Amino acid sequence: MANNAGHEQQKKVEAERAKRQRLRSIAIAVGLGVLVVLFYAATIVHLGGNALNRPM
Amino acid sequence: MAIETQYQGIRDGAGPGVGDFIALMKPRVMSLVVFTALVGMMAAPGGLHPVLGFIALLCITVGAGASGALNMWYDADIDRHMARTAARPIPRGVVTAEEALTFGTVLSVTSVLTLGVLVNWVAGGLLALTIGFYIFIYTMWLKRRTPQNIVIGGAAGAFPPMIGWAAVTGGVSVESIVLFLIIFMWTPPHFWALALYRCRDYERVGVPMLPVVAGPDETRRQIVIYSILLIPVGISPYFIGLGGISYLVTSSVLGAVFLWLAFKVYRTREGREADRIAKQLFVFSIFYLFALFAVLLGEKIAEWLVALGAFKAIFA
Repeated sequence: MANNAGHEQQKKVEAERAKRQRLRSIAIAVGLGVLVVLFYAATIVHLGGNALNRPM
Repeated sequence: MAIETQYQGIRDGAGPGVGDFIALMKPRVMSLVVFTALVGMMAAPGGLHPVLGFIALLCITVGAGASGALNMWYDADIDRHMARTAARPIPRGVVTAEEALTFGTVLSVTSVLTLGVLVNWVAGGLLALTIGFYIFIYTMWLKRRTPQNIVIGGAAGAFPPMIGWAAVTGGVSVESIVLFLIIFMWTPPHFWALALYRCRDYERVGVPMLPVVAGPDETRRQIVIYSILLIPVGISPYFIGLGGISYLVTSSVLGAVFLWLAFKVYRTREGREADRIAKQLFVFSIFYLFALFAVLLGEKIAEWLVALGAFKAIFA
Protein backbone atom coordinates (compact mmCIF):
# COMPACT_ATOMS: atom_id res chain seq x y z
CA MET A 1 0.00 0.00 0.00
CA ALA A 2 2.74 2.40 1.08
CA ASN A 3 4.78 1.33 -1.91
CA ASN A 4 1.87 2.17 -4.21
CA ALA A 5 1.47 5.65 -2.72
CA GLY A 6 5.20 6.27 -3.14
CA HIS A 7 4.98 5.18 -6.75
CA GLU A 8 2.04 7.50 -7.37
CA GLN A 9 3.94 10.40 -5.78
CA GLN A 10 6.98 9.65 -7.95
CA LYS A 11 4.79 9.67 -11.08
CA LYS A 12 3.29 13.00 -10.09
CA VAL A 13 6.72 14.56 -9.54
CA GLU A 14 7.94 13.21 -12.87
CA ALA A 15 4.90 14.64 -14.66
CA GLU A 16 5.50 18.00 -12.98
CA ARG A 17 9.17 17.94 -14.01
CA ALA A 18 8.28 17.14 -17.64
CA LYS A 19 5.70 19.93 -17.68
CA ARG A 20 8.22 22.45 -16.39
CA GLN A 21 10.85 21.31 -18.86
CA ARG A 22 8.39 21.77 -21.72
CA LEU A 23 7.43 25.25 -20.49
CA ARG A 24 11.12 26.16 -20.22
CA SER A 25 11.80 24.93 -23.77
CA ILE A 26 8.92 26.97 -25.16
CA ALA A 27 10.08 30.06 -23.23
CA ILE A 28 13.65 29.68 -24.57
CA ALA A 29 12.36 29.25 -28.12
CA VAL A 30 10.15 32.33 -27.87
CA GLY A 31 12.98 34.33 -26.25
CA LEU A 32 15.44 33.39 -29.00
CA GLY A 33 12.84 34.20 -31.66
CA VAL A 34 12.32 37.66 -30.15
CA LEU A 35 16.10 38.25 -30.05
CA VAL A 36 16.45 37.28 -33.72
CA VAL A 37 13.71 39.74 -34.69
CA LEU A 38 15.24 42.53 -32.55
CA PHE A 39 18.75 42.05 -33.95
CA TYR A 40 17.45 41.85 -37.50
CA ALA A 41 15.36 45.03 -37.13
CA ALA A 42 18.19 46.94 -35.42
CA THR A 43 20.67 45.87 -38.12
CA ILE A 44 18.38 47.14 -40.86
CA VAL A 45 17.94 50.44 -38.98
CA HIS A 46 21.71 50.82 -38.49
CA LEU A 47 22.41 50.07 -42.14
CA GLY A 48 19.66 52.43 -43.27
CA GLY A 49 19.97 53.48 -46.93
CA ASN A 50 23.53 52.17 -47.04
CA ALA A 51 22.21 48.65 -47.55
CA LEU A 52 21.38 49.56 -51.16
CA ASN A 53 24.40 51.77 -51.73
CA ARG A 54 26.72 49.37 -53.57
CA PRO A 55 29.17 50.44 -56.24
CA MET A 56 28.53 48.51 -59.45
CA MET B 1 19.01 18.36 -5.26
CA ALA B 2 16.42 15.59 -5.13
CA ILE B 3 13.40 16.13 -7.31
CA GLU B 4 11.09 15.67 -4.33
CA THR B 5 12.81 18.48 -2.44
CA GLN B 6 13.05 20.69 -5.47
CA TYR B 7 9.33 20.57 -6.08
CA GLN B 8 8.29 20.56 -2.46
CA GLY B 9 5.37 22.88 -1.93
CA ILE B 10 4.26 22.80 -5.55
CA ARG B 11 0.52 22.38 -5.53
CA ASP B 12 -0.86 19.31 -7.26
CA GLY B 13 -1.37 19.96 -10.94
CA ALA B 14 -0.67 23.65 -10.58
CA GLY B 15 2.66 24.24 -12.30
CA PRO B 16 3.86 27.74 -13.06
CA GLY B 17 2.11 29.68 -15.79
CA VAL B 18 3.31 32.66 -17.81
CA GLY B 19 1.47 34.87 -15.31
CA ASP B 20 3.61 33.57 -12.45
CA PHE B 21 6.80 34.56 -14.27
CA ILE B 22 5.33 37.97 -15.03
CA ALA B 23 4.49 38.35 -11.32
CA LEU B 24 8.12 37.47 -10.60
CA MET B 25 9.15 40.58 -12.53
CA LYS B 26 7.17 42.93 -10.24
CA PRO B 27 4.93 44.38 -12.99
CA ARG B 28 3.83 47.40 -10.94
CA VAL B 29 7.42 48.48 -10.33
CA MET B 30 8.17 47.68 -13.95
CA SER B 31 5.39 50.00 -15.17
CA LEU B 32 6.92 52.94 -13.29
CA VAL B 33 10.34 52.03 -14.70
CA VAL B 34 8.99 51.93 -18.28
CA PHE B 35 7.25 55.24 -17.81
CA THR B 36 10.19 57.13 -16.26
CA ALA B 37 12.62 55.64 -18.81
CA LEU B 38 10.28 56.70 -21.63
CA VAL B 39 10.20 60.26 -20.25
CA GLY B 40 14.01 60.24 -20.02
CA MET B 41 14.16 59.21 -23.68
CA MET B 42 11.58 61.74 -24.87
CA ALA B 43 13.07 64.61 -22.88
CA ALA B 44 16.58 64.01 -24.21
CA PRO B 45 17.86 66.25 -26.99
CA GLY B 46 18.39 64.68 -30.38
CA GLY B 47 16.58 61.68 -31.71
CA LEU B 48 16.61 57.93 -31.75
CA HIS B 49 15.07 55.77 -34.47
CA PRO B 50 11.68 54.50 -33.18
CA VAL B 51 12.77 50.88 -33.61
CA LEU B 52 15.90 51.48 -31.52
CA GLY B 53 13.81 53.48 -29.03
CA PHE B 54 11.46 50.53 -28.67
CA ILE B 55 14.38 48.11 -28.22
CA ALA B 56 15.94 50.38 -25.58
CA LEU B 57 12.66 50.60 -23.67
CA LEU B 58 12.15 46.84 -23.92
CA CYS B 59 15.67 46.16 -22.60
CA ILE B 60 15.22 48.58 -19.68
CA THR B 61 11.85 46.98 -18.85
CA VAL B 62 13.18 43.43 -19.03
CA GLY B 63 16.29 44.40 -17.03
CA ALA B 64 14.10 45.93 -14.31
CA GLY B 65 11.88 42.84 -14.30
CA ALA B 66 14.91 40.56 -14.10
CA SER B 67 16.22 42.39 -11.05
CA GLY B 68 12.74 42.02 -9.50
CA ALA B 69 12.94 38.24 -10.07
CA LEU B 70 16.42 38.08 -8.52
CA ASN B 71 15.18 40.11 -5.56
CA MET B 72 12.31 37.64 -5.06
CA TRP B 73 14.76 34.74 -5.27
CA TYR B 74 16.98 36.21 -2.56
CA ASP B 75 14.15 37.42 -0.32
CA ALA B 76 11.95 34.31 -0.56
CA ASP B 77 12.72 33.40 3.07
CA ILE B 78 11.30 36.65 4.44
CA ASP B 79 8.62 37.15 1.79
CA ARG B 80 6.66 34.15 3.04
CA HIS B 81 6.24 35.81 6.46
CA MET B 82 4.96 39.20 5.30
CA ALA B 83 1.32 39.85 4.39
CA ARG B 84 2.30 42.10 1.44
CA THR B 85 4.61 39.51 -0.13
CA ALA B 86 3.27 36.11 1.00
CA ALA B 87 1.36 35.64 -2.27
CA ARG B 88 4.45 36.07 -4.47
CA PRO B 89 5.19 33.09 -6.77
CA ILE B 90 8.05 31.56 -4.71
CA PRO B 91 6.40 31.68 -1.24
CA ARG B 92 3.18 30.43 -2.87
CA GLY B 93 5.15 27.46 -4.20
CA VAL B 94 4.36 27.79 -7.90
CA VAL B 95 7.88 28.80 -8.94
CA THR B 96 11.00 27.29 -7.38
CA ALA B 97 13.84 29.49 -6.12
CA GLU B 98 16.18 27.93 -8.72
CA GLU B 99 13.77 28.78 -11.55
CA ALA B 100 13.57 32.39 -10.35
CA LEU B 101 17.37 32.64 -10.13
CA THR B 102 17.88 31.26 -13.64
CA PHE B 103 15.09 33.39 -15.07
CA GLY B 104 16.45 36.58 -13.47
CA THR B 105 20.07 35.91 -14.40
CA VAL B 106 19.37 35.05 -18.04
CA LEU B 107 17.13 38.08 -18.53
CA SER B 108 19.60 40.41 -16.78
CA VAL B 109 22.53 39.38 -18.95
CA THR B 110 20.47 39.34 -22.15
CA SER B 111 18.90 42.77 -21.58
CA VAL B 112 22.26 44.43 -20.79
CA LEU B 113 24.06 42.88 -23.78
CA THR B 114 21.19 43.62 -26.17
CA LEU B 115 20.97 47.26 -25.04
CA GLY B 116 24.74 47.65 -25.26
CA VAL B 117 25.13 46.06 -28.70
CA LEU B 118 22.02 47.47 -30.39
CA VAL B 119 21.73 50.93 -28.81
CA ASN B 120 24.88 52.06 -26.98
CA TRP B 121 27.20 50.92 -24.21
CA VAL B 122 26.63 53.89 -21.90
CA ALA B 123 22.96 52.88 -21.65
CA GLY B 124 23.95 49.19 -21.42
CA GLY B 125 26.47 49.98 -18.68
CA LEU B 126 23.94 52.02 -16.72
CA LEU B 127 21.43 49.17 -16.95
CA ALA B 128 24.06 46.73 -15.64
CA LEU B 129 24.84 49.17 -12.83
CA THR B 130 21.13 49.45 -11.96
CA ILE B 131 20.63 45.69 -11.80
CA GLY B 132 23.86 45.17 -9.87
CA PHE B 133 23.04 47.97 -7.46
CA TYR B 134 19.55 46.62 -6.78
CA ILE B 135 20.68 43.05 -6.23
CA PHE B 136 24.10 43.31 -4.61
CA ILE B 137 23.99 46.68 -2.83
CA TYR B 138 20.31 46.90 -1.86
CA THR B 139 18.92 43.36 -1.66
CA MET B 140 21.95 41.42 -0.45
CA TRP B 141 23.82 44.04 1.56
CA LEU B 142 21.76 46.98 2.82
CA LYS B 143 18.20 45.71 3.14
CA ARG B 144 18.75 43.47 6.16
CA ARG B 145 21.54 45.53 7.75
CA THR B 146 20.69 49.21 7.97
CA PRO B 147 17.62 51.46 8.29
CA GLN B 148 19.24 53.56 5.55
CA ASN B 149 18.53 50.63 3.18
CA ILE B 150 15.98 52.40 1.02
CA VAL B 151 17.79 55.75 1.07
CA ILE B 152 20.85 54.31 -0.67
CA GLY B 153 19.02 51.45 -2.39
CA GLY B 154 16.59 53.97 -3.86
CA ALA B 155 19.29 54.84 -6.39
CA ALA B 156 18.47 51.63 -8.25
CA GLY B 157 14.92 52.80 -8.89
CA ALA B 158 16.17 56.25 -9.89
CA PHE B 159 18.41 55.13 -12.76
CA PRO B 160 15.78 54.30 -15.48
CA PRO B 161 15.22 57.88 -16.76
CA MET B 162 19.00 58.27 -16.85
CA ILE B 163 19.28 55.07 -18.94
CA GLY B 164 16.55 56.34 -21.28
CA TRP B 165 18.41 59.66 -21.64
CA ALA B 166 21.70 57.84 -22.28
CA ALA B 167 20.03 55.63 -24.91
CA VAL B 168 19.31 58.77 -26.95
CA THR B 169 22.34 60.96 -26.23
CA GLY B 170 24.98 58.34 -25.49
CA GLY B 171 25.95 60.16 -22.30
CA VAL B 172 25.00 61.53 -18.89
CA SER B 173 24.17 65.19 -18.32
CA VAL B 174 22.85 67.60 -15.67
CA GLU B 175 19.29 67.08 -16.90
CA SER B 176 19.41 63.30 -16.55
CA ILE B 177 21.04 63.64 -13.12
CA VAL B 178 18.14 65.89 -12.05
CA LEU B 179 15.63 63.25 -13.21
CA PHE B 180 17.62 60.71 -11.20
CA LEU B 181 17.59 62.97 -8.13
CA ILE B 182 13.81 63.44 -8.23
CA ILE B 183 13.22 59.69 -7.86
CA PHE B 184 16.14 59.32 -5.44
CA MET B 185 14.74 61.96 -3.06
CA TRP B 186 11.18 60.68 -3.53
CA THR B 187 11.95 57.09 -2.51
CA PRO B 188 12.53 57.56 1.28
CA PRO B 189 9.26 59.39 2.12
CA HIS B 190 7.39 57.03 -0.22
CA PHE B 191 8.71 53.83 1.39
CA TRP B 192 8.72 55.10 4.95
CA ALA B 193 5.02 56.04 4.60
CA LEU B 194 4.42 52.38 3.64
CA ALA B 195 6.72 51.10 6.40
CA LEU B 196 4.77 53.11 8.99
CA TYR B 197 1.65 51.05 8.50
CA ARG B 198 3.46 47.81 7.60
CA CYS B 199 5.86 48.13 10.52
CA ARG B 200 4.89 44.83 12.19
CA ASP B 201 5.57 42.85 9.01
CA TYR B 202 9.12 44.16 8.77
CA GLU B 203 9.67 43.67 12.50
CA ARG B 204 8.60 40.01 12.31
CA VAL B 205 11.12 39.20 9.58
CA GLY B 206 13.92 41.32 11.06
CA VAL B 207 14.26 43.86 8.25
CA PRO B 208 15.58 47.01 9.95
CA MET B 209 13.21 49.51 8.36
CA LEU B 210 13.36 52.92 10.01
CA PRO B 211 10.10 52.57 12.05
CA VAL B 212 11.36 49.24 13.43
CA VAL B 213 14.80 50.51 14.43
CA ALA B 214 14.28 54.19 15.25
CA GLY B 215 10.55 54.16 15.99
CA PRO B 216 7.57 55.71 14.20
CA ASP B 217 8.17 59.22 15.58
CA GLU B 218 11.70 59.45 14.15
CA THR B 219 10.36 58.02 10.87
CA ARG B 220 7.75 60.79 10.74
CA ARG B 221 10.49 63.38 11.34
CA GLN B 222 12.61 61.88 8.53
CA ILE B 223 9.59 61.83 6.17
CA VAL B 224 9.17 65.58 6.73
CA ILE B 225 12.91 66.27 6.23
CA TYR B 226 13.07 64.29 2.98
CA SER B 227 9.82 65.84 1.74
CA ILE B 228 11.27 69.33 2.32
CA LEU B 229 14.35 68.29 0.33
CA LEU B 230 12.27 66.67 -2.40
CA ILE B 231 10.13 69.71 -3.27
CA PRO B 232 12.94 71.97 -4.63
CA VAL B 233 14.46 69.02 -6.48
CA GLY B 234 11.02 68.32 -7.97
CA ILE B 235 10.74 71.91 -9.19
CA SER B 236 14.33 72.19 -10.46
CA PRO B 237 13.74 70.84 -14.03
CA TYR B 238 12.06 74.18 -14.76
CA PHE B 239 15.21 76.10 -13.83
CA ILE B 240 17.51 74.05 -16.05
CA GLY B 241 15.19 74.30 -19.04
CA LEU B 242 13.97 70.72 -18.90
CA GLY B 243 10.42 71.64 -17.85
CA GLY B 244 8.19 74.52 -18.95
CA ILE B 245 5.72 76.72 -17.11
CA SER B 246 3.09 73.98 -16.76
CA TYR B 247 5.75 71.82 -15.13
CA LEU B 248 6.63 74.63 -12.73
CA VAL B 249 2.97 75.04 -11.72
CA THR B 250 2.30 71.29 -11.40
CA SER B 251 5.46 70.52 -9.43
CA SER B 252 4.87 73.49 -7.10
CA VAL B 253 1.22 72.67 -6.38
CA LEU B 254 1.77 68.91 -5.98
CA GLY B 255 4.91 69.59 -3.95
CA ALA B 256 2.88 71.74 -1.56
CA VAL B 257 0.29 68.94 -1.22
CA PHE B 258 3.09 66.42 -0.63
CA LEU B 259 4.53 68.59 2.12
CA TRP B 260 1.11 69.16 3.68
CA LEU B 261 0.49 65.41 3.79
CA ALA B 262 3.96 64.81 5.23
CA PHE B 263 3.20 67.28 8.06
CA LYS B 264 -0.16 65.57 8.56
CA VAL B 265 1.67 62.25 8.97
CA TYR B 266 4.04 63.99 11.40
CA ARG B 267 1.21 65.32 13.56
CA THR B 268 -1.12 62.29 13.53
CA ARG B 269 0.62 59.59 15.53
CA GLU B 270 -2.05 57.44 17.17
CA GLY B 271 -4.49 54.73 16.12
CA ARG B 272 -6.14 53.94 12.83
CA GLU B 273 -6.15 57.57 11.74
CA ALA B 274 -2.32 57.57 11.77
CA ASP B 275 -2.27 54.49 9.51
CA ARG B 276 -4.87 56.01 7.21
CA ILE B 277 -2.88 59.21 6.71
CA ALA B 278 0.38 57.30 6.17
CA LYS B 279 -1.42 55.27 3.50
CA GLN B 280 -2.74 58.51 2.01
CA LEU B 281 0.81 59.87 1.71
CA PHE B 282 2.01 56.59 0.19
CA VAL B 283 -0.70 56.65 -2.50
CA PHE B 284 -0.26 60.37 -3.17
CA SER B 285 3.52 59.97 -3.52
CA ILE B 286 2.95 57.56 -6.43
CA PHE B 287 0.61 60.06 -8.06
CA TYR B 288 3.13 62.89 -7.44
CA LEU B 289 5.97 61.12 -9.24
CA PHE B 290 3.74 59.94 -12.05
CA ALA B 291 2.28 63.44 -12.55
CA LEU B 292 5.68 65.17 -12.62
CA PHE B 293 7.00 62.85 -15.31
CA ALA B 294 3.69 62.92 -17.20
CA VAL B 295 3.82 66.73 -17.42
CA LEU B 296 7.42 66.59 -18.70
CA LEU B 297 6.26 64.12 -21.34
CA GLY B 298 3.18 66.20 -22.19
CA GLU B 299 5.27 69.34 -22.64
CA LYS B 300 7.66 67.52 -24.96
CA ILE B 301 4.78 66.17 -27.07
CA ALA B 302 3.23 69.67 -27.22
CA GLU B 303 6.61 71.07 -28.37
CA TRP B 304 6.74 68.51 -31.17
CA LEU B 305 3.19 69.27 -32.24
CA VAL B 306 3.98 72.99 -32.39
CA ALA B 307 7.13 72.28 -34.40
CA LEU B 308 5.16 69.98 -36.71
CA GLY B 309 2.51 72.70 -37.18
CA ALA B 310 5.22 75.26 -38.06
CA PHE B 311 6.83 72.79 -40.46
CA LYS B 312 3.51 72.17 -42.20
CA ALA B 313 2.81 75.92 -42.37
CA ILE B 314 6.17 76.52 -44.08
CA PHE B 315 5.76 73.77 -46.63
CA ALA B 316 2.00 74.04 -47.20
